[in-house]
Amino acid sequence: MIYDIALTIDYDYAAPSDRSRTLVRLMAPSLPGEQQVLSQRLTLEPRPDEQREMEDFFGNATTTAVWHRPIGALALTLALKIERLVPVEGADLSPLLRDLDDALAGCTDLGPDSPHHFRGPSARVPEVAEISAFARKTVGKGMTTRQAIEALGGALHQAMAFDAEATSVETGPAEAFAQRSGVCQDFAHVMIAGLRALGIPAGYVSGFLRTLPPPGEPRLEGADAMHAWVRAWAGPVTGWIEFDPTNDQPAGVDYITVARGRDYRDVSPVMGVMRTTGGQDSRHSVDVVPADES
Amino acid sequence: MPPSAVKKTRDIFADYGLTPGVADELFDGAGQMRPVWQRFVERFARLSVTDLAARFERGNAYLRDTGVYYRQYTGDPLAERDWPLAPIPVILHDSEWDEICTGLEQRADLLEAVVADLYGPGRLVSEGHLPASLIAGSPQWLRPMVGVEPAGGHFLHHLAFEIGRSPDGSWLVLGDRLEAPSGAGFALENRMATGRIFPERFPRAYIHRLASFFLDFRATLDRLATAGGNPLAGAAILTPGPSNDTYYEHTYIARYLGLMLLEGEDLLVENGEAMVRTIEGPKPLGVLWRRIDASFADPLELNAESHIGTPGLVEAARQGKLAMVNALGSGVLEMRAMMAFLPRIAQVLLGQPLALPNIATWWCGGAKERAYVRQNAHKMLIGPASTIDLPFDVTARSALGGQFAGGVEGKLADWIEAQGAALVGQEAVALSTTPAWVTEPGETLAEGRLQPRPMTVRVFATRTPQGWRFMKGGYARIGRSGDATALAMQKGGSVADVWIVSDRLVPKVSLQPSAGAPFRRASPGVVPARAADNLFWLGRYIERTEDAARLIRAYHLRLAATDNSADPLLRRLRAFLGGYGVDIAQPMPDALLDRISVARSCAAKVRDRFSVDGWAAVVDLDRTAKTTLRDIKPGDDAARAMGVLVRKLSGFSGLVQDNMYRFQGWRFLTLGRALERADALTALLHGLTDAEAPEGALDLAVEVADSVITHRRRYSVETSRDTVIDLLALDADNPRSVLFQMQVMRAQASALPNAMDNGRLSPLLRGIVPLDSLLSVVSPDKIDADQLLHIRAELAGISDLITAAYLR
Repeated sequence: MIYDIALTIDYDYAAPSDRSRTLVRLMAPSLPGEQQVLSQRLTLEPRPDEQREMEDFFGNATTTAVWHRPIGALALTLALKIERLVPVEGADLSPLLRDLDDALAGCTDLGPDSPHHFRGPSARVPEVAEISAFARKTVGKGMTTRQAIEALGGALHQAMAFDAEATSVETGPAEAFAQRSGVCQDFAHVMIAGLRALGIPAGYVSGFLRTLPPPGEPRLEGADAMHAWVRAWAGPVTGWIEFDPTNDQPAGVDYITVARGRDYRDVSPVMGVMRTTGGQDSRHSVDVVPADES
Repeated sequence: MPPSAVKKTRDIFADYGLTPGVADELFDGAGQMRPVWQRFVERFARLSVTDLAARFERGNAYLRDTGVYYRQYTGDPLAERDWPLAPIPVILHDSEWDEICTGLEQRADLLEAVVADLYGPGRLVSEGHLPASLIAGSPQWLRPMVGVEPAGGHFLHHLAFEIGRSPDGSWLVLGDRLEAPSGAGFALENRMATGRIFPERFPRAYIHRLASFFLDFRATLDRLATAGGNPLAGAAILTPGPSNDTYYEHTYIARYLGLMLLEGEDLLVENGEAMVRTIEGPKPLGVLWRRIDASFADPLELNAESHIGTPGLVEAARQGKLAMVNALGSGVLEMRAMMAFLPRIAQVLLGQPLALPNIATWWCGGAKERAYVRQNAHKMLIGPASTIDLPFDVTARSALGGQFAGGVEGKLADWIEAQGAALVGQEAVALSTTPAWVTEPGETLAEGRLQPRPMTVRVFATRTPQGWRFMKGGYARIGRSGDATALAMQKGGSVADVWIVSDRLVPKVSLQPSAGAPFRRASPGVVPARAADNLFWLGRYIERTEDAARLIRAYHLRLAATDNSADPLLRRLRAFLGGYGVDIAQPMPDALLDRISVARSCAAKVRDRFSVDGWAAVVDLDRTAKTTLRDIKPGDDAARAMGVLVRKLSGFSGLVQDNMYRFQGWRFLTLGRALERADALTALLHGLTDAEAPEGALDLAVEVADSVITHRRRYSVETSRDTVIDLLALDADNPRSVLFQMQVMRAQASALPNAMDNGRLSPLLRGIVPLDSLLSVVSPDKIDADQLLHIRAELAGISDLITAAYLR
């Protein structure tokens, strides 16, 4: 499936007082077997005085933008044409959950995809006792790792309500879980906390979701903004699998990956530090349309 | 029983009982005094106890007068403690010291190789010499630094090793400090203070000096500054700021080494280059000796919660244009569990065993090791694997000698099994003891006695092109009790000088260039914008305090004279002060104390730019106002108290005027004072010279402006509105006139960088000159209330111009 994706994000700064520096993680990668970028353009307005591209530790395309003067507004636009390959659903070859630790100990790798980075607490996903208890209660004895991942994702989808007003970008998983509601970011953070409590390395994926469903299927939650879901490590043979707890399904052909990390902090689309004496305001819109429909 | 050698040396040794199975620095296993101590002890023991106490007091007085302190983390973020000097030095022979340093040299090279691998090829992990989970779980292993080669080629440049002596007399490494090792500056102060206690030529002439280490370190920084390729780039210290526990040391070492002391907001990064914001614009920096933990250095790429870092510092390091001492991410080596693997890694990377072993450590992530720790828990310290605390810094989540330190319940064996990889066990070594002068609570120094106390020694190293160089002594931590877990200063431990003595006379070294070297005039250096900002506001708040104190004094003098608080003039004054937030019902108004506090905190942020006396004057002002003058009574008593404050403020101003070097920073202090005084005088005239002002208001204005005698001499008539305006606003010779202060501002602003802009006056001067001109030509009757308000608005505008042009 080939998609045309258009994204715009606008910021207004009330009282800019100094230079500013921003890290942008919006450019989608080509991932062998998953997705292939056909064309892509990121525009920043006003034009930065410095702009550099690099890959961060987790392999995400990262744009550093620096303005040597105060800016009162910032507009980011992304135009992306990308092919999403259809994932192959194979047999469950993941180890029993109780054997996962041994599989992990055999892994002596610290590269970006090493499960070791995703096993312990991270900046935005600390240990949360209530989530740990929920996860242990959900997962049955004798489950494989993949079954455990899908069981927890499904249980969270049942337990939590999608509510765009209930949380903000700063909300932590403890709070979102306590109120049993939130947006895709909260679903993902809560699920990551639960998976790690079970000993399953888990990380965060930011990306896009097809805006309008194929004919006859329901519209997915979170399709009118950037989306987030979870990746979890299911042993050395299966490797990483991706699951969307907001919509209770594996992240399949409707999902386009932008960035991966331990939690939102590692992938936040626009990370900026600006000296300002006032507040800031932002708007954000996404269209993800199959190329043959546009 | 004290050994026989002790008997000759009087009763101060009476309580010096040795513990079996513990080495002692002073006595060997057979109870014989070690030769290296003998000459010192002979002299020391000849002193009367009163003489000793007087000497110890001299050492403390030195530290107090110099203002040496460290911060204890308590409820009050700015609570300061005097430096806890242990007066008796630790004495080691230089042959033993050299042997220690040879071992540490190997260790320093090993640490460099390990950190280079962890941020480079990652062989140690992929080949199984370090567990991947341990590194991945360390908060000090900074992913954005992976693959970044440090400017200058090395990660580590300045290290400290915490070492201790085990019962068999050999030395052990207890911890490696390389994130931001503190203590090198305190070592200098230890040496100065101990020199006041034992000033005699012997033993001093035989003690190795500390200064050559700092020469080497300064040269290292200079070399690194240009390693990124910009020959103009400078060196600076990056501090977390005054609320850090060792901030004093940062200011001290900055002065000693002639380095700028910067905070995160002083820096910016442009085109991959770190720059310091100065009053002359951004200037390039090539190396930062950082005293802040790496993760706080850059809120954009490291810890987003940091308020003390600079966005872009990681980028500057990545571009190879900024060297750091030490490289960001080096702190991963401080992880306690690292000790479990270094002995093996030494074999792998160096092909040698460790010359100086580290404390035996087992990581409980391995089943075999876990079982060993469980079985030997009674002789171990068990604690978090990823902590960077030193072994004897026991936290709540630790067990010592088979007992939980607190905070954990249940069986130890279960806990070890459950926590597994999160724990390490370390051999609970009995550290050697050294003589400490001990007094019980309530005893005077003279009533003290010598007792053995556990100690560790801190050894500092710096990289030079010729290899590692070590500071010869200077710093040991001494336990508060016989218990080694009470070594930490935060837990009441103290710090002693360490003397490395030679059998021969030791040549002198200091930071002075050697004789015959060409004279080099050091440039006064750039002034960071934030330092100038603090000096400007220090000037303003000192003046603001004095102005309030004078008004309050005038109020209470009149109250004492009339004894009628309903007096119209008192009412007017009360309202005027009220407009400044001063509640005159409080004899020592909170608003006045607040002003003093602000002045002090501004001064605290620029302590590296102050004389010791200048700082002492600010502290004295603050303490006096908050303690001895706290409970004053209205009337005469309060008036006298304000008089005391006014004189203390004059003392500070005198120091500034007479002693402070006329560097650019001084100009901002002076601008601040002038601006504030001009404003206060204008406000005073506006408040007391209107037609409805009560009887005596004009005289009061003259009195508050300290111009009574001048007025009498100049006008020889009673005060009138015109004479008062003439004297306090328009007299170019009266330091308490607005015009005089405008001329001060004009002179200072003309001497600042960029005072002329392509042949035109700078915006700041264009703000000052019209007001100066107006007051030079106008006659008193033209200065009405509206004109006074206009002047105040112009002054506020000038303050904004100063800020916009120089202070950010």
